[in-house]
Amino acid sequence: MNAPVPGFFLPRRALDAVLPMHMVLSDDGIIQHAAPTLLKISPLDDLVGTGFLDVFEIVRPKKLAGAKDLSSLLGTRLRVNFTTSEQDNLRATINALGPGCGYLVNLSFGISVVSAVAKHDLTSADFGANDPTIEMLYLVEANGAAMQEARSLIRRLQVARSHAEDVSFTDGLTGLRNRRALEAEVAQYLRDDTSFGLLLVDLDFFKAVNDNHGHAAGDLVLEKTALRLLKSSRDEDYISRTGGDEFVILVKEETRKDILLKIAERLIREIENPVQSEDLTFHISASIGVSVTTDYDAPSLEEMMLDADRALYTAKRDGKSRAVLGEPKQLCPPKDG
Amino acid sequence: MHGLINKGIQVFLTHTYGQEIWVQIADEVRLPGGSFEALLTYEEELTWNVLAVASKYLGKSEDTLLEDLGTYLVSHTTTEPVRRLLRFGGFDFADFLNSLDELPERARLAVPNLSLPELMVSEVSPDQYEIICASDFGRYGLILTGLLRAMADDYGSLCLIEWSASERGEETVSVRLLDGKHSAGRSFSLATEAAQ
Repeated sequence: MNAPVPGFFLPRRALDAVLPMHMVLSDDGIIQHAAPTLLKISPLDDLVGTGFLDVFEIVRPKKLAGAKDLSSLLGTRLRVNFTTSEQDNLRATINALGPGCGYLVNLSFGISVVSAVAKHDLTSADFGANDPTIEMLYLVEANGAAMQEARSLIRRLQVARSHAEDVSFTDGLTGLRNRRALEAEVAQYLRDDTSFGLLLVDLDFFKAVNDNHGHAAGDLVLEKTALRLLKSSRDEDYISRTGGDEFVILVKEETRKDILLKIAERLIREIENPVQSEDLTFHISASIGVSVTTDYDAPSLEEMMLDADRALYTAKRDGKSRAVLGEPKQLCPPKDG
Repeated sequence: MHGLINKGIQVFLTHTYGQEIWVQIADEVRLPGGSFEALLTYEEELTWNVLAVASKYLGKSEDTLLEDLGTYLVSHTTTEPVRRLLRFGGFDFADFLNSLDELPERARLAVPNLSLPELMVSEVSPDQYEIICASDFGRYGLILTGLLRAMADDYGSLCLIEWSASERGEETVSVRLLDGKHSAGRSFSLATEAAQ
């Protein structure tokens, strides 16, 4: 059996403390009372005596936007704004208090509470003691701080990683890319089907510099040579130092062998320019072995290096200071009986 | 030990005593990278070593350094976020003291893997509070003492705050509230600078 629940009187001050953003309306929608926090955020000095639908506009649900009858607004979560101020995005529910007793309207901020607190200079006293708003503001602020720290850490890790990558791909002495970097670059070219010529450069008479003048002199010669290689090549060419006095140059998208030989010979002339150091002058040269991707069905760095190395050997044997084209196995006629 | 605490120690030492002395300390304890990251976790021993070495170089007891650290965390502009998050705990100093037992939980909301010691707060007589702090670290109470002194100032309260420890390593911080409205204290707005 459903016995009626006994009613009770709730003193106005108690309701203000429990629902600091409520209003009581008369049957015809005139505001009889507004709780303290609502008054604090209201653009009007006093709300009592004004019509609810004059002070507030219904924003959502859209179909209720022009409603003139309060009963049509019961039992729905409404989004409302004060008609005379910027968006506050308040949430409202309208509850009937019984025949002749009018309506209880409760408002809250929802997600806009963060900006509302700043806009209206609200303090913890403006929220009910049971209201989790303060905890929510704390959470928003704490999360913000944590995110900021995380972003900062990520930035620093990115810089550190990029730096580490640079270091691991760079030859310390000359600043050129190293063998590991070369492998990565070639892998990329092959993936993209980019053709290239490979020049394997080995310095001539370099050992004598080290033996006669010491490693500091040798280092200087290597640094100057690296600079000359950089200066005499195009931006799109890839210069790397792969060994003690060994360099590899990738000539991007150039597969004409006569051109590659010309390029190689020009580099040798550049390297042969005397290297000046205080009162000493050093003279070196270079031998170059050349291979090109178009000589292979499925080019690989390993095979191209092998063929360029054999060509290099030929250059050294034939007198140094020259460039020799490689002869890949595929192009050699098979040895038939 | 969570990096946040270690970073706090580093920032406190660096700003109070200078970058050079920090570099020396970091060198001696062999801290990778020479700097702590607030979001990473480190071996406990590293923290103890940092404190021991700092104490040696600065000629101050570790106890003093820990208390000063607590004060620094609240009163210095660099650690303003910490001060703000603590102020959320109570609208006045008494309210704040009563919220201290929630502090570990609040801290975890902000930094999920940060574990702070459990704090048991009791008002043993009117305006006389005792906060019992039990932890493995055994010295959080010292940090708390400095922190509470600074928070009392922040709220504008005049207090007598004292630290003691039992042989078992259980620390007690006693707070006697002399005047809740001794001064205006520092202003605190719920709105962050970003929102204002």
